[in-house]
Formats: sequence, C-alpha cells, structure tokens
Amino acid sequence: MSAVGAVFLLAVLLIVLALVFFLVSTIMALRKITGGLDTVIAGVGEIVEKSAPVNGVVNSINQQLDAGVELLEGLLVKKAGMADAVGLVEGLYPGAAAAGLRAFPESTDVRAPRIGEVYTKGTLTLARLGREAPIAALSPKGAVLRNVEGGSLAARLLYPSVRHTTPEKLPGSPVIGAGAPEQYERREDIGAPRKRLPVKPS
Amino acid sequence: MLWVAAIVLLAVVVPVVVVLLNGVLQAARSIVPSVEGIAAVAAAGSKDLDAVPLLLTTQSQIEQTVAGLANYGGSLDVILDDAEPAR
Repeated sequence: MSAVGAVFLLAVLLIVLALVFFLVSTIMALRKITGGLDTVIAGVGEIVEKSAPVNGVVNSINQQLDAGVELLEGLLVKKAGMADAVGLVEGLYPGAAAAGLRAFPESTDVRAPRIGEVYTKGTLTLARLGREAPIAALSPKGAVLRNVEGGSLAARLLYPSVRHTTPEKLPGSPVIGAGAPEQYERREDIGAPRKRLPVKPS
Repeated sequence: MLWVAAIVLLAVVVPVVVVLLNGVLQAARSIVPSVEGIAAVAAAGSKDLDAVPLLLTTQSQIEQTVAGLANYGGSLDVILDDAEPAR
C-alpha cells in the first residue's frame, strides 16, 4: 500500500468513527426525549380526562347562580321598588349601582338614593347581617365568621344609644358640700335677727 | 494530486464532519431537560385537578341553596307588601 492510500484510509476511518460516536450519542439522547414525551403525553391525557366535565359543571353552577340572582333581584325590586333597591345595593356595596341590576337593565338609569340617610342604621345592619349570614360559614364543618354568642355589638348597633358603643362626654352630676369645687362665702345675715329700721319721727 | 486530496480529506472534511455531528448531538441533549421539565409540570397539573370532582359537590350544594332561596323568597313574597308604585 502506498503512502497516499494509507492517508486516505486513515481519513475515512476517522470519519466513520466520528459518525458512529456522534450518531449513537444522538440516538441515546433521542431515546431520552421519547421517554420524556411519553410521560408528558400521559400527564396531558390525565389533565384532559379530569378537566372534561368541568365545563358542563361550571356552566350548570353559573346557571343556578344566575337564577338565584334573578330571583333575589326580582324580589328586591318588587318589594322595595327600583329606586330603593338600587339605593340599598349602593349602600351595601358602594359603586355597585353603576353596574345596575342584572335582570333590570333600566336600573342603570336610576339615581340611587342615599339609603343610609333614608333608613335607620339598624336597617342597613340588618341587611348586612342577612346578606352575610349565608356566606359566613367557610365550610359546612367550619365555624361561622360571625360570633353569634359573643358578638353582641352588631345587635347593639341596631339601637340609637350613645352609651352602648362609644359614649360621648356627658355632663357630670353637680358636686355639693364641703368637697364641692365651687365654694361660696357664707352670708352672715342669713339666720341673724332681722334688722330693725329706725323709726321715723312724726 | 492524490496527496492534495488526501490532505484535504484529513484536514478539512474530518473536522467539518465532527463539528456538524457535535452540533446535532448538543441540540438533541439540550432538549432532554426541557422535556423532563414539561413532564414534571404536566404531572403536577394533573395532580392539581384531583379536586375537580368536588365541583360536583359544589353543584349539588348550590342547587340546594338556590332551591332554599326560592322557598325563602316565595315566603317573603307572601309576607311582605309590594312596593308602592312610583308617583
């Protein structure tokens, strides 16, 4: 074999060795990728399977809630009137009157009265308690947020009394006697014999 | 002439082949951690959806709540007077 032939053979041998090494390494990497993609496909399949009924259930829940909202809005408008209904909503949730009632598009044109001034504070408190009571329980097993046994402030707020919550500075009873802050000099003529006026000469 | 061809083959073609194959290998290896990350996220996402069946409980409770609300509203409708018509 000539020298030129040997160099050619060496070059071809190096090329083949490089091809074998790198292609085998690439195949190993692609196998790892295939395994990983199999895991991904399994996970995605589970996600698709688990999320399949979500759409129907959520739509059903939304329909039920929409029905409840329409019922409550209709009852509120029927019993309180459109203006007072919007005012009550605005009083409980400031800014909500701008959005109006869902079932009554014309409610956005109503100018909401200031319910807090029209009705007593107790009315709003009652409304708040009624509104919050159904959602007070975090879960059927959990404790309610509103303390029905110890929380008497909510009930006391219903009555207009300054002494129940933050009493004002009321005037104190007058102090009399020797310890009184205001002392007066005793008049000497009190209890003394009445002065006799001089007799006019006739 | 044959000497030139042999030297070119050894000095140029072999390094070019090695560089190209190494690029393909590095690209393939760089995909592996990404795929493993996606697999982990997909598994975690699937686990997060384990609570989806509780939606059925929510649906049932909302149905009961709205039914109770309807009964309550019906009673209130009877008890309370309607608002006076606007003057």
